[in-house]
Amino acid sequence: MLKTYDFTRLLLLSVLLWVCPPLQAEQQSATLTQAVPLFQAASFDKTREAVDLLAVSGDAEAVPYLQALLDGQLYQHKAQGTLVIAKDGNTGDELRKIPTNNSLRKYVRAAVGQLSLSHPDAVVRLKSANGLLETVTPEMAAQLRGLLDKETDSAVKEALSLGLAMADLNAADKAVRLTAIESLAGNLHPGVRNRLTTMTTDSDTEVAKAAQEALRSIEDTAALYGHVETLFFGLSLGSVLVLAAIGLAITFGVMGVINMAHGELIMLGAYTTYIVQQLMPHAIDYSLFVAVPAAFIVSGAMGILIERTVIRHLYGRPLETLLATFGISLILQQLVRTVISPQNVPVSNPSWMSGSLEINSVLSLTYNRLYIVLFCLLVFALLYFVLRNTNLGLQVRAVSQNRAMARAMGVRSARVDALTFGLGSGIAGVAGVALSQLTNVGPNLGQSYIIDSFMVVVFGGVGNLWGTLVAGLSLGVVNKVLEPWAGAVLAKILVLVFIILFIQKRPRGLFPQKGRAAGD
Amino acid sequence: MFLNNVFKRTLLVVSMAAALGASSLAMADGDTIKVGVLHSLSGTMAISETTLKDTMLMLIDEQNKKGGVLGKKLEAVVVDPASNWPLFAEKARDLIEKDKVAATFGCWTSVSRKSVLPVFEEKNSLLFYPVQYEGEESSKNVFYTGAAPNQQAIPAVDYLMKEGEVKRWVLAGTDYVYPRTTNKILEAYLKSKGVDEKDIMINYTPFGHSDWQSIVADIKKFGGEGKKTAVVSTINGDANVPFYKELGNQGISAEDIPVVAFSVGEEELSGIDTKPLVGHLAAWNYFMSVENDGNKEFIKQWKAYTKNDKRVTNDPMEAHVIGFKMWVKAVEQAKSTDTDKVAEAMIGQEVPNLTGGTAKMLPNHHLTKPVLIGEIQADGQFEVVSKTPEVPGDAWSDFLPDSKNIVADWTGKETDGKPCGNFNTETKKCSGQKYE
Repeated sequence: MLKTYDFTRLLLLSVLLWVCPPLQAEQQSATLTQAVPLFQAASFDKTREAVDLLAVSGDAEAVPYLQALLDGQLYQHKAQGTLVIAKDGNTGDELRKIPTNNSLRKYVRAAVGQLSLSHPDAVVRLKSANGLLETVTPEMAAQLRGLLDKETDSAVKEALSLGLAMADLNAADKAVRLTAIESLAGNLHPGVRNRLTTMTTDSDTEVAKAAQEALRSIEDTAALYGHVETLFFGLSLGSVLVLAAIGLAITFGVMGVINMAHGELIMLGAYTTYIVQQLMPHAIDYSLFVAVPAAFIVSGAMGILIERTVIRHLYGRPLETLLATFGISLILQQLVRTVISPQNVPVSNPSWMSGSLEINSVLSLTYNRLYIVLFCLLVFALLYFVLRNTNLGLQVRAVSQNRAMARAMGVRSARVDALTFGLGSGIAGVAGVALSQLTNVGPNLGQSYIIDSFMVVVFGGVGNLWGTLVAGLSLGVVNKVLEPWAGAVLAKILVLVFIILFIQKRPRGLFPQKGRAAGD
Repeated sequence: MFLNNVFKRTLLVVSMAAALGASSLAMADGDTIKVGVLHSLSGTMAISETTLKDTMLMLIDEQNKKGGVLGKKLEAVVVDPASNWPLFAEKARDLIEKDKVAATFGCWTSVSRKSVLPVFEEKNSLLFYPVQYEGEESSKNVFYTGAAPNQQAIPAVDYLMKEGEVKRWVLAGTDYVYPRTTNKILEAYLKSKGVDEKDIMINYTPFGHSDWQSIVADIKKFGGEGKKTAVVSTINGDANVPFYKELGNQGISAEDIPVVAFSVGEEELSGIDTKPLVGHLAAWNYFMSVENDGNKEFIKQWKAYTKNDKRVTNDPMEAHVIGFKMWVKAVEQAKSTDTDKVAEAMIGQEVPNLTGGTAKMLPNHHLTKPVLIGEIQADGQFEVVSKTPEVPGDAWSDFLPDSKNIVADWTGKETDGKPCGNFNTETKKCSGQKYE
């Protein structure tokens, strides 16, 4: 009996659930009902009209529909013509998606902004206020003034007053225009600059002059920040160069091995990142913390393997080493092509590495570059510490300075060689993790960095870690300073020409080794 | 036991003989018609071109199931030019001289096409070229089944002008022949539409460029000067990924500064993280997402043929489908595989395309194609936001001063009766095909 009752209730419930969607549709407000046929036309112009209709109505009920339209989740029931929001894309055949395009979405976003200016969440309010800045009409200005009085959040207040000042620039009264210009001076928002540029041809000379002055002050500040930006771009490019080169600074710089497979060790690190991300698809945000040690181990182990099987037989024969390691680099590339795929593999950015740190409207530093600059310095510091302050570091330096003497002192030079090469290779792997966040991960990844790496190490002075750091960073900055002026292709060529000339003058690089350590 | 063994052996011998007999019978039945497939299966272009080789094999297979052409089976001769441009010419010569192919389907990059062109003209054989290209060419021996600039680049710019109300333009490309020629045409076109010199920014980067920070910052600045800006990208290959990533990181959305690309398709998107690309545009003549019965059938066939449910279809594949079907019809109409007869029969051939329209071969050896603009979706597919009716392909751009007066007509109607691919309407002279 009880069972039957339960069953009936279940049946009733399911019937209710089934009936519910149409019921909901019938409850649509008057404006929504009016907008429905316009959506049905499936033309961007008609949809725009529908959005206008909803935006003007100020109908709060319209917001979720507009939001869904923005997110591509607004559908129309083919038979009934009602609007349906489908969150999970689970649509079936009866639903037809309402098409949007970029300009329409921009339009809808402004409409949503207008409707959500009195949203309880300050973040939403700020977003909508910022979206309105350049489009404040006199009718809206009155509404904004009312909102400004009630506003408590300082950032929103600022955005609202900026919008009002921009609206005041259109005022008929000269005094109002002048105060507006005055309040806008020094504001770096791009909309302000454009608006002021049009004001410089104002019919009133006084206003035009004021606009010119305000504009000049803005442009001076912007130019200053422009230089800061270039410097940052240069440092970030430089830190990529340093990361790619620093492993080589050990294997080539300290041990004197010309390792053409260095690029492929970087590539292995990048592929390790890919594999780690495949293994933990739900924790991409943390994947890099796993990938860094994993890449160190993978590339380091590969490095030790290469050293033990090939390079150790070739010490003191640089030409043969060069050829042998070049062969290894081809083998490693083909290995990746065969085992994984000849195509590039997708490596995602963790959310904390996407986006940018906005300092002001003209200067924002992208997080991925920012973290890589910091990461580069961290890796450098660690490596420096290992070489200076640990037993291994002491032995490495001893062997590289005078192998015979070090052996006489009881250092097992073969073991030290393997470990040093492993350390340099491991660092290359770590660099691969960083590069996977910036560039394509594919079998050819290493090739594009090997030349740059040698360039940095030779320029900095073989055998000197500091040299590598300074050389990498300064080459990055020089490249980025030249780039806007000469273009990307020519800038790179100019840097290479500069290095050729520099090496002619100072064959031992920026920081040559001195004294007995210089060897030969 | 012993007998049993003997019996088995005899059976084997007999069946082998039967098999041999059957095969020799098949041979005697009339030899096959050979079709050359000239796509790189190794090297940098292998990623894109291998797919086209598979497409050709599938099409030939399908045609053979229908009974072949002129009562003969088709036989694909696949060679690998290994992304090596001079090798393309050698392999093409082999196909024509040694294998005696009736027609060749192949090439991807413009430089490989330029490399094989003299061979096809010298040996008078046919090439079907399936990729969008920079135009400024019309050879008697080549059928261009991909888009000419007026079927891809110019309609895309028109769309942005009209729908996006774009006033400023960034023309960004990789530093080689296709982007440079396309941008030259686009620049001339924009100026003819009244766009000011200072509202056009042109930028070239090397192949595989990955450090886009300052270029994207420049684009941002350029776009922040009050007028709606768009980027027209002829950036090639994998340099696109870091470019779109950098746009995303610097906070430039497709709504602020849309990027329309001519080299980014389904195949290119299938291997990458598409999040930073969503909302940006691409212009092609075919998208996998187009809802059409012919397309649905083709996708089903392709997935079954490759035995992979995740494989995507793309624009150059459609070009091969159209080109192959036209060739089959032309051969049947000409009742011969003779180059001149087939080439004559090709002109005017009509074949349904996969987007619900009809492709027609024009006297200048280009096709009529609809132009589709699509927005990139998170799943690597495109949502079509604009579709034009069929546009006739124009071999010689009307927007370049050098080629304005040049027309191509292999029937001779517009070229004073003499078939010509390079006819100057002012001097009334056919200057012959010129190769750059």
